Amino acid sequence: MKEFAYARAGDAREAAELIAQRPDATYLGGGTNLVDLMKLGVTDPGLLVDVSRLPYDRIEHRDDGSVLIGATVRNGELAGDPGIRTRFPMLSQALLSGASGQLRTVATVGGNLLQRTRCVYFQDVTKPCNKREPGTGCPAVEGAHRDLAVLGTSDHCVASHPSDMAVALVALDAVVHLRSVDGATRTVPVAELYLLPGDTPQRETVLERGDLITAVELPAPPAGAAMRYRKVRDRWSYAFALVSVATSVSVADDGSLADVRIALGGVAPRPWRASVAEERLRGRRPDEETLREAARAELAAARPLPDNAFKVDLAVDLIVAGIRDLSTRKDRA
Amino acid sequence: MTTIERTVGAPMTRVDGLDKVTGAARYAYEFPIGDVGYVWPVQATVARGRVTGVDPAPALARPGVLAVLDSGNAPRLNAEAEVSADLFVLQGPEVAYHGQIVAAVVATSLEAAREGAAAVRVSYEREPHDVVLRADDEAAAIPETLTDGGPGFAERGDTDAAWAAAEVRVDHVYTTPVEHVSPMEPHSTIAQWDEDRLTLHNSDQGPFMSAQLLTGLFGLEDGAVEVVAEYIGGGFGSKGIPRSPAVLAALAARAVGRPVKIALTRQQMFALVPYRSPTIQRVRLGAGRDGRLTVLEHESVQQRARQVPFADQTVSSSRMMYAAPSARTTVKVAPLDVMTPAWFRAPGHTPGMFALESAMDELAVELGMDPIELRIRNEPEVDPGTGKPFSSRSLVECLRQGAARFGWERRDPAPGIRLEGRWLVGTGVAASHHPDYTFPSSALARAEPDGTFLVRIGAADLGTGARTAMTQVAADALGIPLSRLRLEIGRASLGMAPFAGGSLGTASWGWAVDKACRALLKELDAFGGVIPDEGLEVRADTTEDVVNRPEMSRHTFGAQFAEVRVDRDTGEIRVDRMLGMFAAGRIINPQTARSQFLGAMTMGLSMALLEIGEVDPVFGDFANHDFAGYHIAAHADVPALEVAMLEERDNSPNPIGGKGIGELGIVGAAAAIANAFHHATGQRVRDLPIRLERSREALRAARTLEHGPAGGAPQQVG
Repeated sequence: MKEFAYARAGDAREAAELIAQRPDATYLGGGTNLVDLMKLGVTDPGLLVDVSRLPYDRIEHRDDGSVLIGATVRNGELAGDPGIRTRFPMLSQALLSGASGQLRTVATVGGNLLQRTRCVYFQDVTKPCNKREPGTGCPAVEGAHRDLAVLGTSDHCVASHPSDMAVALVALDAVVHLRSVDGATRTVPVAELYLLPGDTPQRETVLERGDLITAVELPAPPAGAAMRYRKVRDRWSYAFALVSVATSVSVADDGSLADVRIALGGVAPRPWRASVAEERLRGRRPDEETLREAARAELAAARPLPDNAFKVDLAVDLIVAGIRDLSTRKDRA
Repeated sequence: MTTIERTVGAPMTRVDGLDKVTGAARYAYEFPIGDVGYVWPVQATVARGRVTGVDPAPALARPGVLAVLDSGNAPRLNAEAEVSADLFVLQGPEVAYHGQIVAAVVATSLEAAREGAAAVRVSYEREPHDVVLRADDEAAAIPETLTDGGPGFAERGDTDAAWAAAEVRVDHVYTTPVEHVSPMEPHSTIAQWDEDRLTLHNSDQGPFMSAQLLTGLFGLEDGAVEVVAEYIGGGFGSKGIPRSPAVLAALAARAVGRPVKIALTRQQMFALVPYRSPTIQRVRLGAGRDGRLTVLEHESVQQRARQVPFADQTVSSSRMMYAAPSARTTVKVAPLDVMTPAWFRAPGHTPGMFALESAMDELAVELGMDPIELRIRNEPEVDPGTGKPFSSRSLVECLRQGAARFGWERRDPAPGIRLEGRWLVGTGVAASHHPDYTFPSSALARAEPDGTFLVRIGAADLGTGARTAMTQVAADALGIPLSRLRLEIGRASLGMAPFAGGSLGTASWGWAVDKACRALLKELDAFGGVIPDEGLEVRADTTEDVVNRPEMSRHTFGAQFAEVRVDRDTGEIRVDRMLGMFAAGRIINPQTARSQFLGAMTMGLSMALLEIGEVDPVFGDFANHDFAGYHIAAHADVPALEVAMLEERDNSPNPIGGKGIGELGIVGAAAAIANAFHHATGQRVRDLPIRLERSREALRAARTLEHGPAGGAPQQVG
């Protein structure tokens, strides 16, 4: 049997001490992805530092409208939180569209952010993979890449980021609270947490070794925003997104878009904030042509492969449909 | 005096249901066994070539490892045995497919075996491989026979002349991908030797036939192999014969001199368990303006392993479904560097009827005729392929009654015009068919001195309800309440019996059980109804009864209906509802029968929209080899399913009166959904599964047409 040590941290200081003990130590949250990867042989930690019971299990709705979500809050609990459901419905929808009830009950917010790509080559240790073993090559380019990324990829890696929650968080301008091994704290916007693969696909985030996610902070939602998370996938539950879109719009009295936020999932190595499209739409009336033009501009940088080229048009259609549906809705807040 | 109610025909709850849900039912891997070794296979990482070296040292150095087997030291099998070539496990260095067992580790724990297997160093001489099926593969050849015993090629009438003369024609190519069988219980085995006797606890569809196969493969005396398969968590054809892991277990137990066990991981299932061959099918239908078929041509190109001559009967439904006076049906099989494909629920008929029933729908559209009416107009009086009378054939009744239940008469035939919100909505129909097989079987019935009865039949219950059905048949034949009956199934030593495959179990076993029970009652009469002290038993064998049946064409039929909606923005597809209307003789147990139909229709839905084994041409394996990558319908995909069964009298001499139902429910389901997709969007998808990219391509084509001169935009109806 492959042996590994397990230690449960009681607080952040203890977690930091444990993680510093061994170079092959890693944090364990709900384990819904890490344990799978251990079984597959993709990762082989010598010490699991269980941080799932650290005292970061609260959802704090603050007076200024912002929310502080502890890193060990379970996905299911966050999805069901009344304040999240009413004020940040896209986040609840994103969470509920992911995994299964059992997995959401176990998976943590921090762990969800740090889950790994489901690229079949990354998960199969008998095959090369630049992310798993840098320099061995990327078989996905010639092989199975239908589910993989079209934006932000490189010649070395075309993996897509699997999280639904992170897409909603990026659209909501969420910020990650981090604590380093020496106890220093800092914040990083979720949108800046992830690195694009470039020629170092093994480096996935800006986290330094031992950095611990302690919370995710949501700023107050934009005034009068209608928002939605829509996920398109092969089956109607328990599947990763082919393309998903988190959309939030605030429509001014004259019918123009006072505020618009768009983030895409399933299309890039990280949750993809569609800044180009947002820029083109802000202050404009969301007629079909304007929407389509903006969405196309966002996807102009796409570098699709033969079997995932459909994602480009699908992303365009989803952006258009998302804003169209929200800006014509009668039940806008 | 108590009144005995007949149980056949009653919706009886499974007799083993409580045992299953409480965990008391023992599956193959769960039998307690002392001093057991665990086997873990080492699998080829090349798709073609030969093993040039196996270094067992790193594995043997690990604690708990008992042995490393490879083709150099594994016990020899009987090379003369007439079994599928892929079962000669570890008998030579050749690698015929990616994932093939090239070595194995036996250890005292599962973990040690697994770690040991990872430590074995295997070197290969790699040869270029070809794993991709192509319609124009020059090596593709027509096999002499298909798995149903029919010829690889058959023709009636003058097909070419009829095609040239046909007033209306449709001619299209349909494809279906690799589909994986994926039973809930993986293939698992405990193997134990006692000198030259082998006992296998095996997840197995046919313990008697498997024992015979293994007797030959290991070159043993008759009766030296016992196969126990009391409970099985699904097989769908893949457990019809022992597969390579079961043979490996028997070899390993022999080698280490103690019992061993093996259970495949889900990932290993994709590599080591046969799958449904992909197909590339061309169907040509020619008809008069009156809708009567004048010609039917169906060619299927499919694949096989180079060493294993397997050929699904993909065109066999086309040989007898419709009264076309001329017909040409051909199967071509291309040898590739792949694991052998094999039986998977309704082998051949499932992909074949997707193609034929899609083509029939296309012909109906071409003729401007209702697709149900088109099928009724082509109803044959006798089997058009053989000229034999049908023992029973209720296709037309299924279509008519199904149509009434489904609300077909309200259907506007025009495709691509119904819009509900952002959804395009449509309905479709397809016929369903499966042969009705009956194989010889034996059974034993015994009266015990205490007034109870014992019935033994070498049947296997895959989870379908066979144990329950046989209980019903035996209780009725004996005229006793269930409390006085004990039924034993699931062992080779219970006597000659066919496997649970081809939907033939209930009819075949049931006949033998009925015969044994009635013979026992007759014997008892001779004793004046008094059971002798030592009990009384009778064994019956239906071989002669089956062989001497009148020549007839025996089949089951059904009609599948589906309503689907397609999102105009995204191409997402939802199946709103399905109805299956089936006629399969006398239904022994409507409750378990309904479950079988529901399961099969769900598989058909899954096939239509989701399932595809993604062949990786570079590595030669399946890129998606777990349930995250190989999508099977989840609950959320399965809509309101309705199953209706038509009571049918069959004119065969089987006293059971029941025909097989296990496979009928999957056949035609995918075509009904694809036809409904066409009705919704106005565009035909001929390649399964209809995933998002294909659906979107169809919508794009529909939009282009809409904007053309003759175009008409869909109208809101909801």
